[in-house]
Amino acid sequence: MSGLSNLVPRQLRGFVVTGKLPFKPKVTVQYPEEKRPKPERFHGRHVLNRYEDGMEKCIGCELCAGVCPAKCIYVRGADNPPDRPVSPGERYGFVYEINFLRCIHCDMCVEACPTEAITESKLFEFSFASRSDAIYTKAELLVDDDGLPQQLPWEDWKPGDDRNTSGWVRATSPAGDASSEGRAMWSGELGYGVRRPQRGQSDPSGADYPADTDISLRETLSGALRGIGVDDKRPDRGED
Amino acid sequence: MSGDPLFANGLNLAVWVILVVKVVAVFAIVLLSVLFMIMYERKVIARLGVRYGPNRAGPNGWLQSLADGTKLLFKEAFTPKGADKVVYKIAPYLMLLPALIAFAIVPLGGHITIAHHTTELQLADPQWGILFLLMTSGVAVYGVMMAGWSSGSKYPLLGSVRASAQMVSYEAVLGLTTATAVLVTGSLHTSAIVAAQHGGFLYHWNIIHTAVIPFILFSVAITAEMTRAPFDLVEAEEEISGGYNLEYSSVDFAWFYLAEYAALITNSAIIITLWLGGPDGPRIAGHSIGPVWFIIKMLVVLYIFVWIRATLPRLRYDQLMDLGWKRMIPAALAMLMIIAGFQATTTTSGSGIAHYLAERKWGFLAIVASVLLYALLTRAIEVGKQATGLDDPTDAHHKVGGQI
Repeated sequence: MSGLSNLVPRQLRGFVVTGKLPFKPKVTVQYPEEKRPKPERFHGRHVLNRYEDGMEKCIGCELCAGVCPAKCIYVRGADNPPDRPVSPGERYGFVYEINFLRCIHCDMCVEACPTEAITESKLFEFSFASRSDAIYTKAELLVDDDGLPQQLPWEDWKPGDDRNTSGWVRATSPAGDASSEGRAMWSGELGYGVRRPQRGQSDPSGADYPADTDISLRETLSGALRGIGVDDKRPDRGED
Repeated sequence: MSGDPLFANGLNLAVWVILVVKVVAVFAIVLLSVLFMIMYERKVIARLGVRYGPNRAGPNGWLQSLADGTKLLFKEAFTPKGADKVVYKIAPYLMLLPALIAFAIVPLGGHITIAHHTTELQLADPQWGILFLLMTSGVAVYGVMMAGWSSGSKYPLLGSVRASAQMVSYEAVLGLTTATAVLVTGSLHTSAIVAAQHGGFLYHWNIIHTAVIPFILFSVAITAEMTRAPFDLVEAEEEISGGYNLEYSSVDFAWFYLAEYAALITNSAIIITLWLGGPDGPRIAGHSIGPVWFIIKMLVVLYIFVWIRATLPRLRYDQLMDLGWKRMIPAALAMLMIIAGFQATTTTSGSGIAHYLAERKWGFLAIVASVLLYALLTRAIEVGKQATGLDDPTDAHHKVGGQI
């Protein structure tokens, strides 16, 4: 409290605090029209990735289905047809279904996948109205020829919202070597290429990857908090 | 007062029609302003919380309360098994009726001429005028008590006991402060009270004529009377989950909700009528724009009510009763005495400070007596606290709230 509010009786100073608030910028985000940037590792709906040449990454190994704690993934592998191979190996994912009524977006399928075939996007606005819509088939999960996710009729996202798709990150090297810290990479994304490496935990500037989205999010929040009188700075108590 | 000029030539068909139109108009004003007030409160309190509030239904969200109300009406009207069904069904109406009819005595400013019949912009101007307000707020207590008791449920009963105790306690303050306004005006007619405050923005208003304090006491008391924040311990959801209307749903709950906001509208109008000059205000381009000033004052007063709700924490029950009985009633009584003393001013010839004091001797005597009595009262409270061991000064920091 400083300045004019010292003149207000102690019991009424609360009115000064609340009286200032209508003139502060609002913290509310007008959701459908404006969207808050998503955290870097947001777990949205899955996509099935493809290689640059259009081959599918999935080899039908069913590790994702095995590791899934919600038992929402159903995979059946099949041998690649020799004349028209679907994936570069021996086998490919013949059936691939994810039941989003059960999926808890834990990301374990992504960690289990040996070929980075399945990743989680940041897309989360899929308000399906029937059970059959909730079960995403391979045709729906697979990215298109440009490596971008398909927008299904019941999904509410605008062009560009998929920019931040595919949020998988390798925090350490596959071998678990600590010296690789700071060099761990994002997985490659067909539509948008490869991102910068993540910072290591011993980096003094913080463990978080300082993505633009994160910074703007933090600024929005801290600005709002400062607006209502919550400040991270300690009050100056002088020399005593 | 001569009363409404509408009745000057006796009753005929046109007078009756105008009367019915006025009744319907006032009814519609109250109901529409309730719809408005719910949105106004939600939007203002949102802005006081650095939010936008509802802004989706209708233009900028202003139809949200209409949508909510419509939905509420189509819900199941539930009656608990242990309820006293007749009383349970009557209670909401007993709550709604006083809130709606109290607006009838509010003068909205000036006259209007319809088909050669001039009438006041005020539904009723009875001789007992402002006493009507005290009557309606007294009747509303019955609605609260009946609702809480007939629900056949513990928490509504506790809520209604709290509410009726609170309303009855603060009604004393309400009556005493209303009496001060009536004293300086010399009439119970609301139209006369407004007329007496006419001319000169603020200067002739009762808030100045009664030295502000009764206005503050009245506003606080009427806030408590409406069981609005910070006096909403009646509906303290952490303690008694919902208050006297907990078991109500659908239409019956809608009436309670409507009554609550209708009372807020009416009481704000009464505050303006009694203390803030009613529709008095500067003329714009030679035109008297009473109703416009009235609406502006309403918006300001309602904003302050919401501001209070957004700022002050809820009182504890003992704090509520302390404030009412040990602070506000004595203060209201003292102000009534002082203002009565100054009303008894004698006019004599002479000049100088001694003459000034002599003319107003009863007023200054009342001030001295009030200070003495207040000191006596404070001492009595202290003695009582020490005798009962409550609020021991050495133990003060163990208490949660302390004194108000």
